[in-house]
Amino acid sequence: MSTQMDMVPVKPTTAIVGEPETDRRPGRSVWLRMLVNDRVAAAAAAVLGLVFLTAIFGPMLVGDMATHIDLDNSNQAPFTLAHGWANVLGTDPLGRSMLGRLIVACRTTLSVAIPAVVISAVVGSMIGMWAGFYRGWRETVAMRVADVIMSFPSLLLAVVVLYVFSPSAANIVAVLAITRIPVYLRTARAESAELSSRVFVDAARTFGASGSSIITRHVLPIVLPTLLTVATLDFCYVMLAESSLSFLGIGIQPPEVSWGLMVSQGRTYLHTAWWLSFFPGVAIVITTVSATILAAWARIAGDPSQRWRLTVPQKRLSRFTKTGKAI
Amino acid sequence: MTAVAEPVPAERTDSDPALRVEGLTVDIRTISGTVRAVDHVTFAAHRGETLALLGESGCGKSMTATALVGLLEPVAEVVEGTARLADVDILSADRATRRKLAGPELAIVFQDALTALNPLYTVGTQLAEPFRIHHGMKAKDAQRKAVELMARVGIPQPQDRMKSYPHQFSGGMRQRLLIAMAVALNPRVLIADEPTTALDVTVQAQIMALLRDLRAEYQMALVLITHDLALVAEEADRVAVMYAGTIVETGLVAEVFAAPLHPYTKGLLDSVPVNAVRGAELKSIGGSPPDLHSIPQGCVYQARCPLAREVCRTTRPALQAVGARRKSACHFPEEVKSA
Amino acid sequence: MPDELLKVRDLCKSFRVPGPRRGKAELRALDGVDLDLGRGETLGLVGESGCGKSTLARTLLMLERPDSGTVSFDGTDPFGLRGKQLLKFRRRVQMVFQDPYASLNSRMTAGDIIAEPWRTHRTLHPVKHDRDTRVRGLLDLVGLGAKAMNKYPQEFSGGQRQRIGIARALALDPDVIICDEPVSALDLSVQAQVLNLLNDLQQQLQISYVFISHDLSVVRHVADRVAVMYLGRIIETGPTEAVFDRPNHPYTAALMSAAPKLDPSQRGERILLKGEVPSPLNPPSGCRFRTRCQRATDVCAGERPPVALDLEVAGHTAECHHPLLAEQSALSHSA
Repeated sequence: MSTQMDMVPVKPTTAIVGEPETDRRPGRSVWLRMLVNDRVAAAAAAVLGLVFLTAIFGPMLVGDMATHIDLDNSNQAPFTLAHGWANVLGTDPLGRSMLGRLIVACRTTLSVAIPAVVISAVVGSMIGMWAGFYRGWRETVAMRVADVIMSFPSLLLAVVVLYVFSPSAANIVAVLAITRIPVYLRTARAESAELSSRVFVDAARTFGASGSSIITRHVLPIVLPTLLTVATLDFCYVMLAESSLSFLGIGIQPPEVSWGLMVSQGRTYLHTAWWLSFFPGVAIVITTVSATILAAWARIAGDPSQRWRLTVPQKRLSRFTKTGKAI
Repeated sequence: MTAVAEPVPAERTDSDPALRVEGLTVDIRTISGTVRAVDHVTFAAHRGETLALLGESGCGKSMTATALVGLLEPVAEVVEGTARLADVDILSADRATRRKLAGPELAIVFQDALTALNPLYTVGTQLAEPFRIHHGMKAKDAQRKAVELMARVGIPQPQDRMKSYPHQFSGGMRQRLLIAMAVALNPRVLIADEPTTALDVTVQAQIMALLRDLRAEYQMALVLITHDLALVAEEADRVAVMYAGTIVETGLVAEVFAAPLHPYTKGLLDSVPVNAVRGAELKSIGGSPPDLHSIPQGCVYQARCPLAREVCRTTRPALQAVGARRKSACHFPEEVKSA
Repeated sequence: MPDELLKVRDLCKSFRVPGPRRGKAELRALDGVDLDLGRGETLGLVGESGCGKSTLARTLLMLERPDSGTVSFDGTDPFGLRGKQLLKFRRRVQMVFQDPYASLNSRMTAGDIIAEPWRTHRTLHPVKHDRDTRVRGLLDLVGLGAKAMNKYPQEFSGGQRQRIGIARALALDPDVIICDEPVSALDLSVQAQVLNLLNDLQQQLQISYVFISHDLSVVRHVADRVAVMYLGRIIETGPTEAVFDRPNHPYTAALMSAAPKLDPSQRGERILLKGEVPSPLNPPSGCRFRTRCQRATDVCAGERPPVALDLEVAGHTAECHHPLLAEQSALSHSA
């Protein structure tokens, strides 16, 4: 058995003619270029960036603008600087600046939605990939657990849990996370099961790779884009779920504020002070739509075989996205 | 039943061909521009004869077939050329005319029978369909003809199997079903696009024997598209060799394979491990098939051709007659045998 | 006879599958397979779909555990090993897969794909620089050039992808490479290149090949010995010329005659078999080929066929009650 292999190149008859020169691996600049190429995705990324920055730095900059009660300025209409620039988006019944409250609520909303999504995604995907790869009893057990969780109406479950235990932010995150686990579990399991029969997984088995290393090396990178898309859509769902809970009074409790809570509090004023519900609602919509758009972009950018769609100017792309096919 | 190869018929240039294709050109729109997948392809198929379109993947042979039957993908279109069948140019005919011709005049058999048959309908329904559509037969009569057809193509117990679904048949049987559907209305021209590539060699022998019988019985013109040189040698009467979307050589199979007049044909014949000594190297054609995006000016084969010289780089050789019944698209066909 | 490397005797493997009636049925994929492979030798394995050659390949790769039978690889029984020893043993047998598109993970670069085996066998090349050098060496060895290291599979043609697969199979310095239809999915002009590459590698590195293919002309060119499989058994085996030119088993003869031949002088009368391959769920009693054989008699249904030894060519055996070379064969009824 040879231990040192000859590094002698094969004779020219077996070599390839005309091998191109470049040594490519997508670096940061390529990703940036792909993002810039897709204008809609770039806009979405910008919006999301703004939202995150607001969540991180906003409350610091806003100070007590959000909590400063000024009953003289109660329910002022937006789009006028007559009451000070802080009230450019109007004020709430207690005279607090809408703009300020929106900024502070941003942090609260995201600090509930993001942890919930991350926890459910990580836990659900891990269990799903493991169950799908090994099949057998593991798959059966995991799926039944998912079925049980799914068969409970999630909002009802949340109401019950939060009523029994107090509606703190941590409890809300936990409840939302648990009810969303099945989505990731089922998606990850389905993809993992399909991948486990692929030839390159067999190839990995031939050199003795263990199941967990195959899952990490082969299954996870392929399943990840789908999971990210699911996570982004789920992010939207969780934001709205949190809003519903706040709407029902068992979500974020005053004096804390979230977008959902703002929508709920503006409910009784819909005819007189429409801006109380409108602006937080718009904020939710803008964030969720941007997240969805960016997720769709990321899924294409992350797949080496689909990447070409993003390296072509938009105009030429549309000529055959109409037909739905391309070479 | 043993089968022996039939004697080769003489070239019938005088009799009217069943299908005459001239200058067929197909372009495909891609991200990086338009590529020419089929470039001025010209050939003729005669009744009772098998013409083989021989070439490797990407040479345009399948696209030629799909262009002729009107099944091109939306990104591909026929930009030039005519295809005369039964006094009609099917490439420029309207949809109604084409639909009338599909079945009674022109039929196609694809490679993958499982995806070509509808999994939701029984085999009986699908086989009866051509009769119901074209001959306006009632369901019962059409079913009877379907049973006859299944018996003709060698499916055992056809009456019982009418109610079966495609997935309940083996690969060879499914291919017979496809052939049955194709020949149901006695078409003048039958195009077979890699009909046996996915089948075992013994099943392939049976299917090719069936096609031969049907060709003789219905006096069809059979256009056989394949990349298998041995299959062409045994089954086809005439061959058109394709490379990068163009036809580079045509002629009688026996003559072309005995003494090729194009370097590509010779290269193909040399790389088949037939008479090579085991353990010795196979003569291979260097390089790989050209990228259709960057077909060079001049001869399409120049990058891999041992005979290439200056004129090959500037002028594309036309497919012209060399000798009585042969054509070659090469500037130096007489030098090929010593290449 | 070259130095013996692999010896397989009476290998059996069954699968439980949903049967035609209620409950599970037993699919006998391998039903007593005997095999021999020498060092630096190429054994061709031919057979049609459902004959069990894929299962045999997977069993030799230790992806499946046989139900019974013995496998002896260089004196050791690989199925008796566990843990680290089994892992170390896996290095000795590798595979080149049929489909160059499915066998490579399209999200990994060529370099990653080739280096992947070393992630499982970390002791081989712990230093990254060392691994990169080896990858470049392997890429050169298969004729792709070091620049291919950072490219993704989509950027390569089918033939080039197959070379990446071959490089990956070589990464662990195996003694045996099982080639499962390595050139079937490739164009003719590229086939020759890859076959030449495999030949060169065998001469340089003394690797043995088990070459599975349905293309008989390719097998004839590359194989030193050939084994013909039918419904889970090897029904004929021997030196290539003997099996191809003087087949002793009727199935082999039918197979050889069915394959289209480029050279008219090699064509004989074509034997068309009747019917289709019986289902492996319910193989025929006695000789499994009798349902399609023109020479079948009553004894073929009753008893398992004996081994017919070709008296003129050493090592050429077939299992048949009525071998084609009846005069030159000695039948032995072994257990």
